[in-house]
Amino acid sequence: MMDFITKLLAATIAMGTSLTYATLGEIYTEKTGILNLGMEGTMLMGALTAFATAYNTGSLFLGLAGAIVIGAIFSAIHAFLSITMRANQVVSGLSITMFGTGLANFLGQRLGPQTNNFNLVGMNLQSKFNNIAIPGLHKIPVIGAFFDVSLLTYALYLIIPFAWFYMYKTKYGLAIRSVGEAPRTASAMGLNVARIRYLYTIIGGMFAGLGGACLSLSFTPSWNDNMTGGKGWIVIALVIFATWNPGKAVLGTLVFGGITSLQFSLQAAGFRMVIPSQFLGFSPYLITFLTLSILTIANQKRKSLFSAPSALGTSFAIDEK
Amino acid sequence: MMRFIIEKRTTKSKYSVFIVPLVSFAISLLLGAIVLAASKANPFAAYKAMFEGSFGNIRRIQYTLREAMPLLMCGLAVGIAFKLKFWNIGAEGQYVSGAIGFTWVVQFWTFLPPVLLLPVGLLMGIIAGGLWAGVPGTLKAQWGVDETLTTLMLNYVAIGYAEYLYIDHWKAPFGNMGTPKFPDAAILPSVWGRVHAGVFFALALVVILWFILYKTRWGFELNMIGKNPKAARYQGVSIKKNIIMAMLFSGAIAGLAGAIHTSAVAQKLTTGVNGNYGFTGIIIAWMGGLNPFGSIIVAIVMAALSTGAGQLQIALKLPEAMGAVLQGLVLLPLLAGSLFNEYHLRVIKKGAE
Repeated sequence: MMDFITKLLAATIAMGTSLTYATLGEIYTEKTGILNLGMEGTMLMGALTAFATAYNTGSLFLGLAGAIVIGAIFSAIHAFLSITMRANQVVSGLSITMFGTGLANFLGQRLGPQTNNFNLVGMNLQSKFNNIAIPGLHKIPVIGAFFDVSLLTYALYLIIPFAWFYMYKTKYGLAIRSVGEAPRTASAMGLNVARIRYLYTIIGGMFAGLGGACLSLSFTPSWNDNMTGGKGWIVIALVIFATWNPGKAVLGTLVFGGITSLQFSLQAAGFRMVIPSQFLGFSPYLITFLTLSILTIANQKRKSLFSAPSALGTSFAIDEK
Repeated sequence: MMRFIIEKRTTKSKYSVFIVPLVSFAISLLLGAIVLAASKANPFAAYKAMFEGSFGNIRRIQYTLREAMPLLMCGLAVGIAFKLKFWNIGAEGQYVSGAIGFTWVVQFWTFLPPVLLLPVGLLMGIIAGGLWAGVPGTLKAQWGVDETLTTLMLNYVAIGYAEYLYIDHWKAPFGNMGTPKFPDAAILPSVWGRVHAGVFFALALVVILWFILYKTRWGFELNMIGKNPKAARYQGVSIKKNIIMAMLFSGAIAGLAGAIHTSAVAQKLTTGVNGNYGFTGIIIAWMGGLNPFGSIIVAIVMAALSTGAGQLQIALKLPEAMGAVLQGLVLLPLLAGSLFNEYHLRVIKKGAE
């Protein structure tokens, strides 16, 4: 039983790594008031770029770098459209997802080797981000699962506390929150609203690209059409579930990563499912829907429980009232 | 030295309404040509193949029109909620709910005389879609729960539930997935080759929505709430009631679209029931400027981009995903251009100020 739980936790962490990167990114973006629904497309482009770069150069780290750059480019398009051109953020995000998924699936059939008809599907990497076990620690039951993970996950152990600290304990974090809560006041206080929104939208995209890279370089080291399989939408849900708090992002990814892994491991163990697997599949969305509704309703009586950025999804220009 | 500033227009421009989409579309074609050329395809040959793929002969025109119908209906559905600045991005889920409701009636209500299967089934699609939208609508109106996020989440609940039904609970005894084929009486007849009778519903809805939005008191109220909620409240317009009404109406149309498409095209509930029509509908409502008649053209263009992509694969051996790339490329410049409907660019020479 202990062994089963440890294995389940390990699978959860492996799956949750990709989600956590993207969720942290989207939290920072949304905190400044920009809703980026282009996550799915950006993550898929990240996964494709990482895999194609690593496959063609043999370097995993170049793959990571490529994913970060492409994430920055895609979110910069969203930032340009929704900040400079004041376009509707929902439509812009959806368009980015449509464009990104299309382009990734297209390039996946163009960047492969000639012998495989330029197709990347079915190709393997020479290496991947393997799990590195920390001697001694990884033998501890259950908790040991945290000490036998890939480099990409170890990095998160530093990034998550830092992301929390940066948001709530530094003046930069304060600037992010004021821009997302009350852009007009923030602007009056001398903050450059547009610049801050650009910066964190692009950083958010870099994290989404990294999230995609985690899939294609570590979790399932390969390329497949639509390999993100809706993870970009789960990310939008996770941001709400974490109530826009980077520190809580990891809880959500563990719960939702756990639900998915449980589904797989129970199936693999040959259990006859009491709950149909599709119910587990949509439960993250249902839970998020309920969380959001209940928190909002409860929040009407008691403030501060719930912290959706007030200016989320709205454009801002100094010259307007 | 020159400086550009973006200024709000003081008067509405007569020309920008036409010029902006045309210039944006030209930029899209240019960007598309770059992508095509980069993948070693002749852009002219590619565009020609796409045009032939979507409008080249009668069958292809019919196919494009058939694809345009659910897009148009979802666009109309989303558009009516958008009038209130209400972001219903749940048309996809409402569409799937409609398909589920329809399937439930035509497969299991065996006590109905065959003549009634189709009308009752479509009605159930309308009800299911309406309810699926009514929940987030009520949550928003009553407690201010963010509708963009709730409608988005409910999409995946509906899609997951539909999957459970066609893979497991309602699966036909034979085959991998999907319910048994619907009885003949439950299938919308064809009126022109692949174009089915759903076209009458779609066109009727365009006229009805245009009439409601521009000629009735309700439409006037919706417009007022969207443009100036405060003024609407002073006029005694109930915002809560209107949000719920508009959402029920919006979901009902999306649900009807799902019921119609499932009846006439798939003819059973199976994989592919979530064909992204609801998501594309959001874009169509926005591109059509929330005008029902404008949505017709936009829906046909978007349908043509995806049906034409099939021909790209056949004629030029290009991956079919190119269609989605081109759809995205049509949207992005248009989004950027939308700024110029309300703002204009002023060039200031340094020193001239």
